[in-house]
Amino acid sequence: MTSLPPPTARKLGLVIDLDTCVGCHACAVACKEWNDGGSFGPLPDADPYGSDPHGVWFNRVHSYEAGVGSGEWGVENARSEATSSCSSPTPHSLLPTPANVMSVHFPRSCLHCETPACVTVCPTGASYKRAEDGIVLVDEDKCIGCQLCAWACPYGAREFSAKRGVMQKCTLCVDRIYNETLDEADRQPACVMACPTRARHFGDLGDAGSDVSKLVAERGGYALMPEFGYKPVNRYLPPRPRKDGSAAKKAAIAEPIDTTQMSPLLRWVDRVLSR
Amino acid sequence: MRPSFSIIFFTVLSGTGYGLWMLVGVTFSRLWPNCGNAGLSSADTETLVCLTPDAIALAFWAGWLLVVAGLVASVGHLGKPLRAWRAFSQWRSSWLSREGISALITFVPATGKLLCMLMASLQVADTDMGVSVPFWLDYRVSDFLGATLAFGSLATVYCTANIYSSLKPIHGWNNRVVVPTYLVLAIHGGLLVLWMLNTLPTTWKIGELREARWQLVIGLGVLLFSTLGAALKLIYWKQIDRKQTTTTADAIGLASLGSVRSFEQPHTEENYLTHEMGFRLARKHSRKLRMICLLAGFAVPALLALLSLLMPKLGMVAAWISLSSGLLGIFVERWLFFAEARHSVMLYYGAHQD
Repeated sequence: MTSLPPPTARKLGLVIDLDTCVGCHACAVACKEWNDGGSFGPLPDADPYGSDPHGVWFNRVHSYEAGVGSGEWGVENARSEATSSCSSPTPHSLLPTPANVMSVHFPRSCLHCETPACVTVCPTGASYKRAEDGIVLVDEDKCIGCQLCAWACPYGAREFSAKRGVMQKCTLCVDRIYNETLDEADRQPACVMACPTRARHFGDLGDAGSDVSKLVAERGGYALMPEFGYKPVNRYLPPRPRKDGSAAKKAAIAEPIDTTQMSPLLRWVDRVLSR
Repeated sequence: MRPSFSIIFFTVLSGTGYGLWMLVGVTFSRLWPNCGNAGLSSADTETLVCLTPDAIALAFWAGWLLVVAGLVASVGHLGKPLRAWRAFSQWRSSWLSREGISALITFVPATGKLLCMLMASLQVADTDMGVSVPFWLDYRVSDFLGATLAFGSLATVYCTANIYSSLKPIHGWNNRVVVPTYLVLAIHGGLLVLWMLNTLPTTWKIGELREARWQLVIGLGVLLFSTLGAALKLIYWKQIDRKQTTTTADAIGLASLGSVRSFEQPHTEENYLTHEMGFRLARKHSRKLRMICLLAGFAVPALLALLSLLMPKLGMVAAWISLSSGLLGIFVERWLFFAEARHSVMLYYGAHQD
């Protein structure tokens, strides 16, 4: 049934910390590994070791350079400035500098939206949102592979398996999180278990008292592209403000010292320490 | 978006076929002025078929051919074609499902009309047309089948267009001009086929006056729909060419940090998303292709329609050139509609305003 269930109290989802993600792709690999053998698998690849490998991954990790003056905008401006003035380099060059640029590693996966269009566009009922916990799933026995749901998702959460002829997507490891054969500590999505920097957190975002909800409140977690109106459940935590090197530098700026006034010993100490 | 030929063939061929059925259906339902609303209980066979030219019957068959060919092409787009029947179940939420159901329902009057026509052609020879008219010649049946055929065809094209225009992540499709364009181009294609069929040598004589009137109606129709189609496309292109302001920084929600540049992709090779949604070639050549679409699709048919209204002897040549040129134009239009469109997921891959 591709009509949406009534709003659910439980909203299981992920909280991803962009401050601590180091872009190691462990989440993507662990996800691929679990889901290849999980109950929604396999995730077969075409030509996996050849020149044109192709296959479905539920998790994709992008790496960005973010910051004032970074990127094309800054480069363009710096370039036009250089060509127009042709003078000495301007002191406030807009070219990326270490002080104002940061790397942001950005894992992208299904956000398990509250009102997902990928579910409502499905003509067969293969795509559905679970009423009990809000997880968005594909019934691979019903999917006809029309790929309309992939078009409907602005976040690129769905990938079509050319090998299997059906659409596949993140299951929030529904076959782990309720799996009573696993230790209680292991009943978490594979990506969360694998993350070496604990940048991924799993929990109920519908419960204001849950650890993930508290984390979101504390760190200003946000949803991606809310303007589409699909109400993503997953939240991203923004990078914490960088410690700006300039503050430390200011403190270190020497008071004017007239070394000629000092004794030879102190002058020598100053020279040595100034190296 | 990757222009997938199965979908382009489907929307163009079935669209044209449904356009034909809209025209044919309206004619069958006897909106033609001299068809009269008085009961056709007389044995006059000429009155019974409402004096439409052969072309209308041919157009009905051509509609069948085009619609079925298009639907078969569309199944080619599915990963699991044998499960296609499941697509009839979710009409409550899905335009694709509604389209399927609408297409299926439209086959009911189409089949009904087909059977009536077969029965009529079998019967005409050996019946002396007594007092009672068999139901397959009854004007009320013809009225009903024609009207439902036209309406079903219209609804199907409307659903097709809504599949695309309801997708918010694809800025070029989520546009108010898309639905009218699909409808207008379907009828435009249908008119071009009808025009061509109307220039074929006929066996059924409906009188010179009527023939001239039909030619006038078809010629004016081609002129009107060429103009409408071109106008809609110009409006559409103007709208989608407006610079989009959403950037990678907005997509990852970190616009407050300043601009964002992708320095490493998540994968070294193309994946499904970049293959399906990262098609760029069309935008590079869009000016030339749009010009081809405008000239071939609308200008040539409109000019030739005008010429052949003034010089009826041009008839057949003009109609054939218009049909091939017009369909080429519509194919290019549909290819561009898919190929030019941008999907928001490409923002994550660093596509700012490529």
